[in-house]
Amino acid sequence: MVQEGLQRALSQSFMAQTSGQAGGTTDDLPRGPVAETRDLNVWYDDFQALRDISLQVPGHRITAIIGPSGCGKSTLIRCFNRMNDLIAGFRSTGDVIFQGQDIYGKGIDPVEVRRRIGMVFQKPNPFPKSIYENVAFGPRINGYVGHLHEIVERALRQAALWDEVKDNLRKSALTLSGGQQQRLCIARALAIEPEVILMDEPCSALDPAATLKIEDLMRELAREYAIVIVTHNMQQAARVADSTAVMMMAEDRAGELIEYGPTKEVFTNPKEQRTEDYITGRFG
Amino acid sequence: MRAPEASFRRRLFARKVTAMGFAVLCLLGTSVGIVALALLLIDVTQEGIGRVGWDFINSFPSRRPEDAGIKAALWGTIWMISITAAFAIPIGVGAAIYLEEYAPRNWMTRVIQTNISNLAGVPSIVYGMLGLTLFVRAMELDRSVLAGSLTLALLVLPIVIVASQEALRAVPNSIREAAYAVGASRWQVVSRQVVPVALPGILTGIILALSRAIGETAPLIMIGALLFVPFTPSGPLDRFTVLPIQIFNWSSRPQPEFQENAAAGIIVLMVVLLSMNAVAIFLRNRFQSGPQV
Ligand SMILES: Nc1ncnc2c1ncn2[C@@H]1O[C@H](COP(=O)(O)OP(=O)(O)OP(=O)(O)O)[C@@H](O)[C@H]1O
Ligand SMILES: [Mg+2]
Repeated sequence: MVQEGLQRALSQSFMAQTSGQAGGTTDDLPRGPVAETRDLNVWYDDFQALRDISLQVPGHRITAIIGPSGCGKSTLIRCFNRMNDLIAGFRSTGDVIFQGQDIYGKGIDPVEVRRRIGMVFQKPNPFPKSIYENVAFGPRINGYVGHLHEIVERALRQAALWDEVKDNLRKSALTLSGGQQQRLCIARALAIEPEVILMDEPCSALDPAATLKIEDLMRELAREYAIVIVTHNMQQAARVADSTAVMMMAEDRAGELIEYGPTKEVFTNPKEQRTEDYITGRFG
Repeated sequence: MRAPEASFRRRLFARKVTAMGFAVLCLLGTSVGIVALALLLIDVTQEGIGRVGWDFINSFPSRRPEDAGIKAALWGTIWMISITAAFAIPIGVGAAIYLEEYAPRNWMTRVIQTNISNLAGVPSIVYGMLGLTLFVRAMELDRSVLAGSLTLALLVLPIVIVASQEALRAVPNSIREAAYAVGASRWQVVSRQVVPVALPGILTGIILALSRAIGETAPLIMIGALLFVPFTPSGPLDRFTVLPIQIFNWSSRPQPEFQENAAAGIIVLMVVLLSMNAVAIFLRNRFQSGPQV
């Protein structure tokens, strides 16, 4: 019964999604991969967290990564902007290619990588400064030319936060609600005009209304950026993602990519029994 | 299974009594501290306030208690604390930033860390001996303000380092990640996000350290600060005395007038200490109060 309900919810959201796309949001845009991993293996000290992950992230599309807790979704997404470099004991083999270059290769500066691949974290993490400073920080340290306040305004508009904060830009970001803080973090990521945006469970702390707002926003952003989103929410993956990757833990708890394809296929006609079990709630 | 109603009530009562008992205990502890401090202050003020005045502040020590003043010691203390701060703050905060934000986590840093924590507990007289050997003799600074200041800087360095490290460690990692994620270099992350957040804690450590330095006597006597100084230092290489030594000097004389001078000296020392802390607290509150744009 539960299963049926879920399937119905899923197919409904597909209809909503397809009708949304009929309006022509992203289909007319090119979809070659902007980033991909090739045989990526990751260890934390002796523990292998990822095994042989090969995943292509298409441009101007939303790619969702789903899977049970602890299967390595965050680890994977953090490989795309070398965020894991900050963790002691992190080690990787294989390639992470961005615009034709291995970002873990020799002579690649992680600072440059992170300027071009933005990230939104699971928990909103604004700087304890003003709203304005939060958004302006990235452009400022990256030496952007042009009027800073125009950049700030554009980013806040894109993140659908401008109208709520435009009279209070000097207010501390910590006085915003959780959902507003998360949109501020999205604006902060957009302000440096990245080419890919990574989102690690961006809605896990938000209510349904704020979640929908951010999903709309992601659809909007997918016209300009490639988006990778980690989510625990099947409906969310079904609603927003063009393609979906499913990860599972192997016997030794290393994360593996078990299925990757267009979202519709993954949800309605999965190749793997384990995928079906997971998305229908019989697993994880 | 749920506990029966009666036994739950009994336990709840016992829990409330425990909570009350603890609160009373805490209140008692606080009161003992405050009352003792207040009595001390009242006693000192009553005895010494009559002597405090421009003449007292602006006169050199004298054999006659009514002519004796605190000028040399006051200036000595100001010189000394300034030089101590000039060395201890940048070195201490720098070391803390290095240890927390830059150093790899290996056995070397662990050894250094343990050493610093232990140094904070070494008796000050040992630092006096170190200062005597190192600064006064080996570096031939003689018994100067500079030698004294360097000794005290060494003495309070562990306090500055440990407190600053605590403050830096309390900065949530999510802030560092957020800054890195928009393409900040390590220097930008540390200088623009981490240190500003940690600054109130760092300033607290500095207050503690300088308060400790301003009251130290033993190591300065050890390196040979003077007991009787009829001049103010005009440079870092001059000889000197400081307020606590002057106070100690007076309080060890038999005449009651000198006791009065000692009390007045304590009041001056307290004022210097409090105004120093007031500046630090002012700075701390400025950095704490809301965002700077
Ligand atoms: N800093 C770390 N040091 C050591 N092990 C880690 C570290 N971060 C993650 N791991 C381990 O790597 C595995 C994958 O963790 P990861 O955070 O990528 O999972 P996840 O799929 O994002 O889970 P969740 O859905 O709960 O967020 C887990 O077993 C975890 O214990
Ligand atoms: Mg995660």
